[in-house]
Amino acid sequence: MGQVGITSFGAYIPRLRLNRKAAADANAWFNPGGRAAGKGERAMANWDEDSITMAVAAARDCLGNFDRGTITSIALASTTLPFSDRQNAGLVAAACELSENIASSDVTSSLRAGTSALLSALNGAAAEQGSALVVAADHRKARAASAQELRFGDAGAAFVVGSENIIAKFLGANSVTVDFIDHFRGEGEDFDYNWEERWIRDEGYAAIVPRAVQGALDKTGVAGADITRFILPGTLRGVQQKAAAACGIPPEAIRDTLAANVGDSGAAHSLLMLAHALEDAKPGDKILVASFGQGCDALIFEVTEAIASFAKPSGVSGSLKERKEETNYLKFLAFNDLVELEKGMRGEKDNKTALSVAYRKRDMLLSLVGGKCTKCGTAQFPRTRICVGPNCGEVDSQAPYSFADRPAKILSWSADYLTYSMDPPQHYGMVTFDEGGRFLADFTDVDLGTVDSGMEVRMVFRIKDFDEKRGFRRYFWKAVPITG
Amino acid sequence: MATGIKDKVAILGMGCSKFGERWDMGAEELMVEAYLEAMADAGIETSQIEAAWFSTHIEEASVGKGGIPLSIALRLPNVAVTRVENFCASGSEAFRGAVYAVAAGACDIALALGVEKLKDTGYGGLPTNQPGTLLPQWGANMSAPGSFAQLASAYRAKHGVDKDTLKKTIGHVSVKSHANGAKNPKAHLQKVVTEETVLNAPIIAEPLGLFDCCGVSDGAACAIVTTPEIAASLKGAGERLITVKALQLSLSNGLESQHNSWDGSYFHTARIAAKRAYNEAGITKPREQVSMMEVHDCFSITELVTMEDLFISEEGNAWKDVLDGFYDADGGLPCQIDGGLKCFGHPIGASGLRMLYEMYLQLLGRAGTRQLKDPTIGMTHNLGGSPSQNVCSVAVIGESGA
Repeated sequence: MGQVGITSFGAYIPRLRLNRKAAADANAWFNPGGRAAGKGERAMANWDEDSITMAVAAARDCLGNFDRGTITSIALASTTLPFSDRQNAGLVAAACELSENIASSDVTSSLRAGTSALLSALNGAAAEQGSALVVAADHRKARAASAQELRFGDAGAAFVVGSENIIAKFLGANSVTVDFIDHFRGEGEDFDYNWEERWIRDEGYAAIVPRAVQGALDKTGVAGADITRFILPGTLRGVQQKAAAACGIPPEAIRDTLAANVGDSGAAHSLLMLAHALEDAKPGDKILVASFGQGCDALIFEVTEAIASFAKPSGVSGSLKERKEETNYLKFLAFNDLVELEKGMRGEKDNKTALSVAYRKRDMLLSLVGGKCTKCGTAQFPRTRICVGPNCGEVDSQAPYSFADRPAKILSWSADYLTYSMDPPQHYGMVTFDEGGRFLADFTDVDLGTVDSGMEVRMVFRIKDFDEKRGFRRYFWKAVPITG
Repeated sequence: MATGIKDKVAILGMGCSKFGERWDMGAEELMVEAYLEAMADAGIETSQIEAAWFSTHIEEASVGKGGIPLSIALRLPNVAVTRVENFCASGSEAFRGAVYAVAAGACDIALALGVEKLKDTGYGGLPTNQPGTLLPQWGANMSAPGSFAQLASAYRAKHGVDKDTLKKTIGHVSVKSHANGAKNPKAHLQKVVTEETVLNAPIIAEPLGLFDCCGVSDGAACAIVTTPEIAASLKGAGERLITVKALQLSLSNGLESQHNSWDGSYFHTARIAAKRAYNEAGITKPREQVSMMEVHDCFSITELVTMEDLFISEEGNAWKDVLDGFYDADGGLPCQIDGGLKCFGHPIGASGLRMLYEMYLQLLGRAGTRQLKDPTIGMTHNLGGSPSQNVCSVAVIGESGA
């Protein structure tokens, strides 16, 4: 077995952060005890974000410097995949412009799915010598006034594992699988059902995590005392300290769970914390990442010299800085479909998607690929049979041309209060790409009153429409104005 | 070599229904209202109509598809009826079909009728569209005001006009149209408004407020056309003859929406259609030679930039002409003398014909209290779509020989 490890990483946290006090105060009439948890903030997906879009954002962050052509597989870990039958990972792969000649899988049904996907990819990479993309994201819903509502956070993380230019060498792993039901979410259910926390803490975390962690230490021959970064998601008080102590891991190695300013991102959280730990890791750091959920995975990595020259992604630190406080708890409820808004007749528009069209135009719709004329050099979106160049008109001359990562600016815009929008006013405008090409694009993550002509934007992959009648949702690219 | 349409076809009669929220009538009845007036004006029998062109845009909101609704509503004598649809320029398209048929010698008398019944949807504003199978998967979530509002940001950026000046300018566009509409008994909105009311109205799509948007109206308009010779024989001695001077249509080919050479501040098609129309009509100095015009003021900002696109105001200077009152009823070139789309209303399929109706009335001196003094050339500009992708019609009519 050749050496394998992490060769790139990235992360994404939605910019909206729900002020927990605002939520706790709104629910205090019903749940006065919730006030104690009303501190800090949690990441809150915009209305047009879900596990797929957050996975795409994290993967794009991770793949920034990476040769996408070398990726041979993708795994997407989440407990909140938008589609039960339509591979979600394949959609993420398309949005990231990966080759169609790759293997793909969704990994789900446990909060351990993130580490399980990473472990499988590492094992696969060791066997096949390829590069594997592992992405995790979760967008969990919780009932109003529940403890989970304040503890959860929406986020995604992504890794490439392989055998070349390793920044964190994989030393080994150990897993324990036990049907310990601290919570569950049955088929077709929106919300988790939770058992008593003291039992979860003592019989769950305290008993199961050390079995997995100690097993990993034993297998790799690493002493607990040598672990410099210990990652264990979990919102119950003291579970990290207890597990570390049980395995001889120094308390100072315990990583911040990001509970104060992000919240727990479910299946993505172990990987989010791992990405965070890598952002300021030094060669020689030994990282143990454990993840609890019907058992426990424990993986050990050693940071290599290559980390020094690795071009850092925006990562968790970048996402934490790109933050907008949200104090309107009702907006959080609406974005999570927990209150029924009167959408008006304009909201009745039928959003049925012609699937054969969606397939035929998949590189345009999912990958934002247009065309570039091989005769006159004009970049254009969408790609058409006849070139739009005013003095060209060449037929079938356009080669596929990617727009997603190209610099662009706002030519014209408006903030529209008439069209139906989940987050009015709906902003949109003509977005022109510096190197050619343009299209009228929806904007998202906009601060009212800041948009103007000439502003720079970047393109993001988001939900375009929900087809509530058929349980479908479609995605496309939107422009995010870059402020500051 | 094509010689153009100038003076080859005459307008024999025109009619226009009252525009507005016509809760009392459906499209079928509105068609008859406009038709009866046009027939009385033309002084002919139904049996003399040899072909018809029928325009309506949002057929799913009223009549459905095809030419049959017109044929049945008017009990036409089993003649050819062609339904045309070209966004908000559909009315001009119907007129063009009828005029060309006469000019071609295919028939002696042809009818063009446009109608739109918009107020049966249950909500305000234009009905939402069904734009095919691909566009909904990537097109921006736009409304009409938001799409035309794009002009404002691009115009400001290009010409360095500050936000408040532009808002005040487009406000004047609407104040002027309301003043004109107040004198038009067929107009949807017949109320004078102040600049203060306009500027303080709720925003619909930044920077357009409620009064920057035209009315959504029900209505129908009709034209009956024939050769100048037949018209002269049917009209009484001494009656003036109105002929078509130019009919031009220009459509976007994707340049504006896909190529970075367009800056978003003007209508590429309007400039092309205007140049061709002036050429066809023999107009060399439009600012002096055109007596009056009806333009497609779906939104105040559209009217503002159109003044430049029609080469009446110099590029970047229309806002000064507007603020100077050049386009007011008593100004150098009265625009929207009937209230325009803003106040006469905008039943889409009828609008192009409604514009011609007002020019026709003015040329014949039949415009009542809003009659201009001795106009000789009237121009209409009828636009459909959005600034980046549209259909633009420019038509010129005038007294025969003018």
